[in-house]
Amino acid sequence: MAIADLANPTRFMALSGRLLPWLGIACALAFAAGLYMTFFVAPDDYQQGATVKIMFLHVPAAWLAMMCYSVMAVSALGTLIWKHPLADVSARAAAPIGAAFTFLSLITGSLWGKPMWGTYWVWDARLTSVLVLFIMYLGLIALWRTVEDPIRAGKATAVLTLVGAINLPIIKFSVDWWNTLHQPASVVRLDGPAIHPTILWPLLVMALAFTLLFFTLHMMAMRNEVLRRRLRTLQLGAASARTATARPQAAE
Amino acid sequence: MTALLDLGPHAGFILSSYAITLATIAGLFLWLRMDRARLVTALERLEAQGVRRRSGRSATGNGAGPRTATGSGR
Repeated sequence: MAIADLANPTRFMALSGRLLPWLGIACALAFAAGLYMTFFVAPDDYQQGATVKIMFLHVPAAWLAMMCYSVMAVSALGTLIWKHPLADVSARAAAPIGAAFTFLSLITGSLWGKPMWGTYWVWDARLTSVLVLFIMYLGLIALWRTVEDPIRAGKATAVLTLVGAINLPIIKFSVDWWNTLHQPASVVRLDGPAIHPTILWPLLVMALAFTLLFFTLHMMAMRNEVLRRRLRTLQLGAASARTATARPQAAE
Repeated sequence: MTALLDLGPHAGFILSSYAITLATIAGLFLWLRMDRARLVTALERLEAQGVRRRSGRSATGNGAGPRTATGSGR
């Protein structure tokens, strides 16, 4: 069976319906393990104290905020190049989830920043570029809702999504390119992570849990989007059938 | 349990972070569940009125219908 056949909406609904419960269970188990390690295994940081526990939420949320936009950018290519209906469904389903993770990244970062930096917010490059990402998510959601025809809306948002993808490297390298208050990368580095394993492992388990959560929510949202488009098609079909039957009566 | 209660002087910030994260994720999950329930109800209502998808109508020989964005034939 070709990958294109698997991406057929009807096959996707059947396959995702079987996969979703298992994904949910894996996600719950990963969160249980991650939260246990966060509160009972990971020690307090020698400088941050217990406030380091916010990082177990903030870092995965920030990673997912960017990964979600990457999924949307790849889906946008699928919409524009291959015109695959599931590509647009995937992009549209990912947008609110990406907005939620970006919101969590900003809020948890602020709540960490107040006790550690002495302020909830500074207009430095990393924080500002993530705020721009959040605004872009909201803008894309608004654009999808503004255009009634999902195919036209999909094309317009796909172009905008690809233009906005330029923000991803800006976010990633903002801490290297500019002098910011935000600390540089400490996990994904050429010379290895700069975090002690007792804190790194709980962080990685929480990141796995957040990633599984993203896939679970994204699959749920994609299934809803397929149903929404089927509903719209049926409503349009019913409306045109009503118009067709009403015309001869009007002529009489 | 002791570790949970001993979050230092910034416990309010830590607990707020976890509470907001939990509320956001729960809200997202509930919104998706409610959206699905609403869509399934609307689809069932239309099907009860005799409106069918092309794939559903093919068995009865009525293959006419609008081109869909996510139709089963694509």
